[in-house]
Amino acid sequence: MPKTPVADLVDGPAVPGVAKKNPIIVADSVSRRFGGLTAVDVAHVEIPANAITALIGPNGAGKTTFFNLLTGFDQPNTGTWTFQGRDLARVPAFRVSRRGMVRTFQLTKSLGLMTVLDNMLLGATKQPGENMFRALFRPWWRSRETDITQKALSLLERFKLDTKKDDYAASLSGGQRKLLEMARALMSDPVLVMLDEPMAGVNPALTQSLLGHILDLKEQGMTVLFVEHDMHVVQEIADWVIVMAEGKVVAEGPPATVMSDKAVIDAYLGAHHDTDLGTLSGQLEVAKDMDSEVVKRDLEEEAAHDAR
Amino acid sequence: MNLDFIWLAVGEAISPTTAAYALATIGLVIHFGFTGLLNFGQAGFMAVGGYAFAITSLKLGWPMPFALLATIVASAVFALILGIPTLRLRADYLSIVTIAAAEIIRLSVKTAELTAITGGATGLNGAARNFNELNPIPEGRYGFGVLTYSADQVWVRLVGWALVLLACLIVFLLIRSPWGRVVRGIREDEDAVRSLGKNVFSYKMQSLILGGILGGLAGALFILPRSLQPDNYGTQLTFFLYTIMLLGGATTVFGPIIGSMLFWLVLSLSDGLLSLGVQSNILPITSTQQGPIRFIIVGVALALLVVFRPQGLLGKKKEVFFSA
Repeated sequence: MPKTPVADLVDGPAVPGVAKKNPIIVADSVSRRFGGLTAVDVAHVEIPANAITALIGPNGAGKTTFFNLLTGFDQPNTGTWTFQGRDLARVPAFRVSRRGMVRTFQLTKSLGLMTVLDNMLLGATKQPGENMFRALFRPWWRSRETDITQKALSLLERFKLDTKKDDYAASLSGGQRKLLEMARALMSDPVLVMLDEPMAGVNPALTQSLLGHILDLKEQGMTVLFVEHDMHVVQEIADWVIVMAEGKVVAEGPPATVMSDKAVIDAYLGAHHDTDLGTLSGQLEVAKDMDSEVVKRDLEEEAAHDAR
Repeated sequence: MNLDFIWLAVGEAISPTTAAYALATIGLVIHFGFTGLLNFGQAGFMAVGGYAFAITSLKLGWPMPFALLATIVASAVFALILGIPTLRLRADYLSIVTIAAAEIIRLSVKTAELTAITGGATGLNGAARNFNELNPIPEGRYGFGVLTYSADQVWVRLVGWALVLLACLIVFLLIRSPWGRVVRGIREDEDAVRSLGKNVFSYKMQSLILGGILGGLAGALFILPRSLQPDNYGTQLTFFLYTIMLLGGATTVFGPIIGSMLFWLVLSLSDGLLSLGVQSNILPITSTQQGPIRFIIVGVALALLVVFRPQGLLGKKKEVFFSA
């Protein structure tokens, strides 16, 4: 899957909050405060549709909080956002998911004491048997169950988990759980898949296959927004990168160029990363005095004294 | 030597009280075992059901089906009142609120001001009259030896255990269904289930109501062979139900039946054995110490079970292995 050219994504220069040609999410003045701490304070941001967008930033930048706000897992203090043109602010998490915006979690939430197949089936939608009264009569939900089981099995095959379908999810390795969580999210045919650190704790061998699966999502017409720390991953698969720091979007751009943006370097390395530490702590002031005549004379006298 | 106590213990295992405990525990299994709701107030649900049944049939003179309906409605309303404020919060809030609510119910019905309705501290007597009028079994004595029952006693046993089996059937069907899959998912991680588009609050409420209704019906069944005493519904009743649930296996459908039978069998057998020992001066205790010692024996049995068979008698070993 080739990367989407930048010209197809944006109009104009890549600045924070730049308008996208075909946005799937448009968020305005979203803020979330925890007591005195402002975790998220995003003035305007748009997520391009049918592309892979990476949300990066140093620890504590508010990426996961922003994720939680967008998916209804946390409530904002201010702000509005739309998903496919419809208002989605303050909608409960389960409705967000039903609208086609499915997320995964940074700490994998596989349902340990359920089988892999049950985990998958739980991701399906429109199962009438999930209604308490219809559940009592098998004929009411059997045909839908057969359909979603077929779908689950083919997804499991794609993610190479088909041999594990009857095992408890708790018996899977960390990487396999990440795969299961992603496969489960796909059971509902989402429009937008939100992955919170999909590579965290995954061994390098599995990383490659996970990357392939994420690229597949785009190929199948889905939009992906993911939080990630690993810059190699971002460089390799992202079409667009949004950088957050201290709750704000500080830069946006294609992965090849965004990392050289001054705001990004400042965010990761600190605003003073290329100035001498001495200037900051005031030691250079002393060093400047070293040039003065008085100090020079003192030093020469001392040296002469030592020589004697 | 009089070995009748063995037969009495067997009789205890099929008594309506055992059935009532089993039914209330099935409700608890729905809450705790399948949905992960930490309900420490199942005794409160039993009290609500018992009082609703007794007041409507005794004070209002409602016929049996309506009294049963009132029992169901009252328990469902109690579940709603407990669930609306707490089910959106973390799991432990529900346990605090339920344990408090159960005590509030017990202490409220005891107040002197309510004596006209609830019978105050003495409770209510004779709630079974309407129920026994429906008894189709001809008068007479049934059974053999010490296990001889009157027609009414047979009737209450039949209805009680039929109710328990019906509840088991419903739970069995529900848990194997997609509905059961969702609530088991909520037990494991409700945020994950929420992210998959399920209305977690609604499912938890449904589970609380269903288990609460079973608790309420158990409360009604519990008072059929005896009078309604408010102090029967203390916190220790809830903990007996938890004991029964852990004995049988917290995530099993038929565990509550086995657990309840075993619980009462052990209580009754140990009582018989102890009184045999006291009478023949083998044991250095008095007959008043006998009662509490039975519960010590049950407690030791439970401790041994938790150590050697933590999944309960019918549970799956794997489930415990992975959750540890």
